Amino acid sequence: MPHKGDGILLQKKAFAIVGTIWCLLLIFPQFVTQPFYLHLMILIFLYAMISGAWNILGGYAGQVSLGHAVFFGIGAYSSTLGVLNFGLSPWIGMVIGGLIAVLISLITGYPTFRLKGHYFVIATLALGEIFFVIFTNWEWAGGAVGKHLPFLDPGMINFQFGPKAPYYYIALAFLTIQLLVTYFMERSYLGYYFQAIREDQDAAKALGIEITKYKLVAMALSAFFVAIGGSFYAQYLLYIDPESVFPMMLSIQICLITILGGVGTVLGPVIGAAIMIPLSEFSRAWLGGSGSALDLVIYGLLIMIIAVYKPSGLMGLLTRK
Amino acid sequence: MSEITGPILAQTLTTGILWGLMYALIALGLTVIFGVMEICNFAHGDFLMMSMFVAYVFSLPLFGLNAIQSMPLNIAIMFVVGIIIYKILIKPVINAPPLAQIFSTFGLLVFLRGLAQFIFTADYHSVEKLTFVGRVDLWGTFLPKPQIAAAIGAMIMFAAVYLFIMKTKTGWALLAVAENKQAAALMGIDSDKMFALAWGIGAACVSVAGALLANFYYVFPEVGAIFGFLSFVTVALGGFGSIQGAFWAGLIIGLTEALAGTLIAPSFKYLVVFAIFLLVVLIRPRGLMGHAS
Repeated sequence: MPHKGDGILLQKKAFAIVGTIWCLLLIFPQFVTQPFYLHLMILIFLYAMISGAWNILGGYAGQVSLGHAVFFGIGAYSSTLGVLNFGLSPWIGMVIGGLIAVLISLITGYPTFRLKGHYFVIATLALGEIFFVIFTNWEWAGGAVGKHLPFLDPGMINFQFGPKAPYYYIALAFLTIQLLVTYFMERSYLGYYFQAIREDQDAAKALGIEITKYKLVAMALSAFFVAIGGSFYAQYLLYIDPESVFPMMLSIQICLITILGGVGTVLGPVIGAAIMIPLSEFSRAWLGGSGSALDLVIYGLLIMIIAVYKPSGLMGLLTRK
Repeated sequence: MSEITGPILAQTLTTGILWGLMYALIALGLTVIFGVMEICNFAHGDFLMMSMFVAYVFSLPLFGLNAIQSMPLNIAIMFVVGIIIYKILIKPVINAPPLAQIFSTFGLLVFLRGLAQFIFTADYHSVEKLTFVGRVDLWGTFLPKPQIAAAIGAMIMFAAVYLFIMKTKTGWALLAVAENKQAAALMGIDSDKMFALAWGIGAACVSVAGALLANFYYVFPEVGAIFGFLSFVTVALGGFGSIQGAFWAGLIIGLTEALAGTLIAPSFKYLVVFAIFLLVVLIRPRGLMGHAS
């Protein structure tokens, strides 16, 4: 039988491990300079962050949204259109994008949170598709062709850099902030409310938790970070179109990354992204193009195995819950 | 915007009804499975894709069958596939948290789509031996023959499944399990067998849809994405588990899509479909004909 002290010891150990890995990540670009590996790490950070953001709503509060690409797209378009049409710094566009995403999450969340189970899931899917169609047809926003960002003077103000290292550090910083927010949220009353709603909505209501209000809080937090990720993506690739920032597959992917790693855990999405992103990037590099789809086969199998044998995800293996 | 004349409206409504029946048929299998065991198969569109590829493979020179000739084989193959997937993937998650149920079939979706792309590449294929070629001219309104065949097939399947569930002992057993698993068990009904049967029937229904659709639509690994998605919307609009609901919802979606395409713009048709869907479920959170659980 584990004693209470073991838990604290285990937690200290976990902190030490995570801290060490974080420090190693900090010096990683000093030793590894091949663009491919930096690119890989940047993608892992980005997907870990947006999956972690999804996790706040889907994992902690138990509301499975398959429309989160909406917020990613909003973020990407806000910073990009801010630069192109208003001459704003991408940083300002990013914050505005985050706020617009929060607003949209509240407007769409309020009515859809009345729906339960599959009805909610499908409503979020439908919302995702609605935004996809709107942006595909919205000429001012670039329509189906999308928008290219012009090359500006590299530097912090313009959020554009020649080498990949600055992007690496920015992505790591965003991920760190998201993880800290999730960590403190988990330990605050919010975390307990969210989990109460997830476990038994009616019981939570009976205990006096304002369900819709707290679902909206989870939704807004979640939408904000996903939008930040979208802006980062746009600045990193300097090209966006509805196909790349609003696809249904993105919504599904961030959900599956979280599930693979472990829903409702702080580090689950990081583990999920650290496995999933290299898997798809390497298989793309080795097996040639995106044509073979072997990565999808393996990915699908992994998800099914997790679903059947370890619904708590890979984190469940580590914590032996 | 072009002027809407009588013939254009007639053509639009006809197209809407024909596609609507197709959507209803695709959604039939999904609602049967959900009605019996309250699990939404998110890989449903990929079952459709699989059955379209079965039709495609049998149309290759090696077999030389058209999609209608190979339909019995298609049904048999998909029935077995449905049961196998139930046994391997669904049965272990019946009592798992809802999230595990959702992502088990999402894993299946990713797996099947990837597998199809791995075997057949991402290219568009078409069934090599076509049946029902051409169209019927009905006072200036054109009805493509393969779509008439699909519409008739849809009505036959709906009648058959409805009668099977309402009029046969096995159908009653399915209903009993759906109503109350424990009570059904006391009556000697093996719920496990009934769930497996529901998956077999669900997959068989969608295989009929796939065979009929392959007659006039391209076969490619991603084909399940939009049709699968429309089938979720159809089933949710009609009410999860309701057979009549799926039928009417399919027609509503087909007509909405066609009308929106003609009256507004083709690129906006899905936006209108999804907006109407959202409106309906927000007013009636259990869909048009769904039961309160």
